[in-house]
Amino acid sequence: MPDEEIPVLLTTVDKMVNWARRSSIWPVTFGLACCAIEMMAMSASRYDIARFGAEVFRGSPRQSDLMIVAGRLSRKMAPVLRRIYDQMPEPKYVISMGACASVGGVFDNYAIVQGVDQVVPVDVFVPGCPPRPESLIYGIVQLQKKIDRSKAFA
Amino acid sequence: MDATAIIGVLSRTVPPAGLEPVQSADGMPTIYVAREHLVDTCRALRDMPELRFAFLVDLLPVDYLPREPRFEIVYLMASLGMSGFGDTPKRLRVKVRVPGHEPTLPSVSSVWPAANWSEREAYDLFGIHFSDHPDLRRILMPDDWEGFPLRKDYPVQIRLPVKTYEPLQVSQEQFVANIEATRNRARKD
Repeated sequence: MPDEEIPVLLTTVDKMVNWARRSSIWPVTFGLACCAIEMMAMSASRYDIARFGAEVFRGSPRQSDLMIVAGRLSRKMAPVLRRIYDQMPEPKYVISMGACASVGGVFDNYAIVQGVDQVVPVDVFVPGCPPRPESLIYGIVQLQKKIDRSKAFA
Repeated sequence: MDATAIIGVLSRTVPPAGLEPVQSADGMPTIYVAREHLVDTCRALRDMPELRFAFLVDLLPVDYLPREPRFEIVYLMASLGMSGFGDTPKRLRVKVRVPGHEPTLPSVSSVWPAANWSEREAYDLFGIHFSDHPDLRRILMPDDWEGFPLRKDYPVQIRLPVKTYEPLQVSQEQFVANIEATRNRARKD
């Protein structure tokens, strides 16, 4: 019989921490190509990623949780991407957005990295060329589910 | 003024041996120039009052692989005349044949500074060496890239591991020294 006079909520530390992490995913402002336009549309008023708590795009990787690799990654850019990823504090997540970031897309040539999972560990791949903002929101929701399943204190 | 007339003007100052008019499909005046006389010819094209090609629009190599000479360097230039659009010819295409076993030719960046980066691009992607270029290094590809990607014998896909380099590691001593140096600088100011 719960006592309604005492404001207490019982939960586990894991659930609490995961809830906090997934409810405010801050992406780093990092666009590589045309996918970044869809990423911006996702964060703007029409699609409004604020509904999922992920609207705070940060200019500094030091303040970010999520890197959305939005576009084709050239071999010259790969060290830069890796450096930005290394600068992000743990826990950090990566979404590979679109065909080019995931597998190279139409750019099957010497200059483009054929999948950013060769450079950084990817949590969610979002297909599309470019993906619609809804697709990217779906990818972020999948990432939130993944964070919910994780063990914060393993 | 067509290609033959331009050669007629040019041959007053440049040895006419290497000059050769070409019939181009688009009707643009086109001439071939010998590699040895390239810089002199370009300077004459820029300075002669009847020509005044003061503007190098673009510079591009072409790789005709099985053929020899393998490369052709194409210079596109425009003339604005003495005062705006005068009675000089408007545009000109100059071509130079370069053999594949020795892809070297003199730089025209002393004539048009605009050629500097175009020649770096030609070196980067085709491996054409421009002698007496002030700063001949790669401009688009990474500095440690191997090969020249736009040559016909370069593969489209190379399937090499991606170079990401080691993350920057700073030792504790360097970290402290850096902070103290910053602090001392701030105190001085």
